Amino acid sequence: MDVQTWTFILVGMSFALYIGIAIWTRAGSTKEFYIAGGDVSPLANGMATAADWMSAASFISMAGLISFMGYDGAVYLMGWTGGYVLLALLLAPYLRKFGKFTVPDFIGDRYYSDIARMVAVICAIIVSFTYVAGQMRGVGIVFSRFLEVPINMGVYIGMALVFFYAVLGGMKGITYTQVAQYCVLIFAFMVPAFFISFQLTDNIIPQLGFGGTLSDGTYLLDKLDQLHVELGFAEYTNGTKSMVDVFAITFALMAGTAGLPHVIVRFFTVPKVKDARISAGWALVFIAILYTTAPAISAFARTNLINTVSNKEYNTMPSWFSNWEKTGLIKYEDKNKDGLIQYVGDSEKNELVIDRDIMVLANPEIANLPNWVIALVAAGGLAAALSTAAGLLLVISATISHDLIKKQIKPDISEKHELMWARIGAGVAVIIAGYFGIHPPGFVAAVVALAFGLAAASFFPAIILGIFDKRMNKEGAIAGMVAGILLMLFYMIKYKFGGFGGGTSSDWWFGISPEGFGTIAMIVNVLVSVIISRFTPKTPIEVQEMVESIRYPRKEE
Amino acid sequence: MYVSTTERIETMEKEQRKRYWEKNLKYLMILLSIWFLVSYGAGILFVDYLNNIRIGGFKLGFWFAQQGAIYVFVVLIFIYVRLMNKLDKEFDVDEK
Repeated sequence: MDVQTWTFILVGMSFALYIGIAIWTRAGSTKEFYIAGGDVSPLANGMATAADWMSAASFISMAGLISFMGYDGAVYLMGWTGGYVLLALLLAPYLRKFGKFTVPDFIGDRYYSDIARMVAVICAIIVSFTYVAGQMRGVGIVFSRFLEVPINMGVYIGMALVFFYAVLGGMKGITYTQVAQYCVLIFAFMVPAFFISFQLTDNIIPQLGFGGTLSDGTYLLDKLDQLHVELGFAEYTNGTKSMVDVFAITFALMAGTAGLPHVIVRFFTVPKVKDARISAGWALVFIAILYTTAPAISAFARTNLINTVSNKEYNTMPSWFSNWEKTGLIKYEDKNKDGLIQYVGDSEKNELVIDRDIMVLANPEIANLPNWVIALVAAGGLAAALSTAAGLLLVISATISHDLIKKQIKPDISEKHELMWARIGAGVAVIIAGYFGIHPPGFVAAVVALAFGLAAASFFPAIILGIFDKRMNKEGAIAGMVAGILLMLFYMIKYKFGGFGGGTSSDWWFGISPEGFGTIAMIVNVLVSVIISRFTPKTPIEVQEMVESIRYPRKEE
Repeated sequence: MYVSTTERIETMEKEQRKRYWEKNLKYLMILLSIWFLVSYGAGILFVDYLNNIRIGGFKLGFWFAQQGAIYVFVVLIFIYVRLMNKLDKEFDVDEK
């Protein structure tokens, strides 16, 4: 059977599974809609969190990015996993004890202020929308390459599916579809990795093959370093970013991860504080399986790619090459007219441009794997994009119906009406997300980086200080969040989009890129919060008691 | 001065809770120091130095940055869970 038939079968089967689960797990109350009734098992929650967290970017783009960045790719690997240590140790158990529905709930109650709640609502919406647009785009790309439908059509199909199970099932439906999606995506990620690792290094475990030897007896990484130096790229195991920037980006991604509302809210769905702690552990186990495999895939793919194209005749390229050329994601220009492909570090002489996003998708084809494996990767990419999109849409919907309508506009709303608004919110959010998927702002990647910076600069310090510093009051927290966000926005606009006079990398403050600037904005947030809180009135006694109570797992009375 | 029994129990409880919290903070300090050392230390700050050491096909610093740190993160969370579950029981603040 050809790839397309296989893709139809596998994608169709996985979609049928998601729909089946959605019908089986409909939400009947707001508690079920927002937090799946609060009785998800820690293991299931860990799996759902892993699928929620690993987006199209993790599945499709990350290994490709790392394969072009070499050592520098560590910023993603450590940044997107280390945040779970912060979540498990500093946030999840306490927020579970607090036991409400959303992140703005916590900010609003802890800082006894609707202004603080509003600031949190705005941050949650900005962060989630920027993120979800990228997911819808990912859905479109997978559809267009593997099923040869136009990208827009792919986005519509994805929208319809997410609409169906997010609106119907709420958090309850999403949780169990995410469990299924995790299984699909990890299977789809690992199977080609086993194959390729075995092909290249004779070791089926990619994490070991990564440090193994090739058929000629040299170590894979040494070979790769040597190829890179010969072709004029930086040594693979060394990278090109400055140490301070690597440090700052890693920290911003870690703090951002721990501050993302769609991840935090997952810890509201388990019954106990104990469960919140262990499910963060399970989540990281499930994430680590993919995250320790990805850098191995990067190295395998890089080696395979260089061996396949470098100094080979253009006419003898295999079929995957022309398939991807059609999508415009591979471009070849024979500058010196010798019919060979010169793939080198010097951009004057380089003749081949490869989009980083295609490495994982093209990898099975480059390695000549069977058709069903190639189709499996398509189903996995869709699972990753859809699971994250659904989690984000739920945050947006809960923010609108709960934090905005129930908590501020119409406190006496009946549960039935609140549930209706939650469904309307989810529906509208799907449509807006779809719009951005079809008409992506040219700066999607940049905006996703901004989402992490924003979360790091706003939520992360406000929540941590809210738990660990009883003296922190609303004046301090609001001032800190506003200062953090504005500074982050200013820096992004100036150095990323050329506003406020623009600037180049040589003008960066302390040599830190906009991606890493979340770290600085976060430090500013903390300083402003602490200083202002020490010169303004103390927190009311009942808030101090609330902080006291979330520090101990047992429920009072 | 006369102090009622309930008041005495309350002060004792407060004292206990304070000690629980302090112990929790101590665990956090230790675990987060390790978290910092394996990622920012071994993977970033001392990466060049550690790269002089080799384990199989890996340079050690590179291995920490792309593999090792992640394994340690996982282990850290499970150690934390064990420690805290024990601590909750010891101070009688665990959930019934």
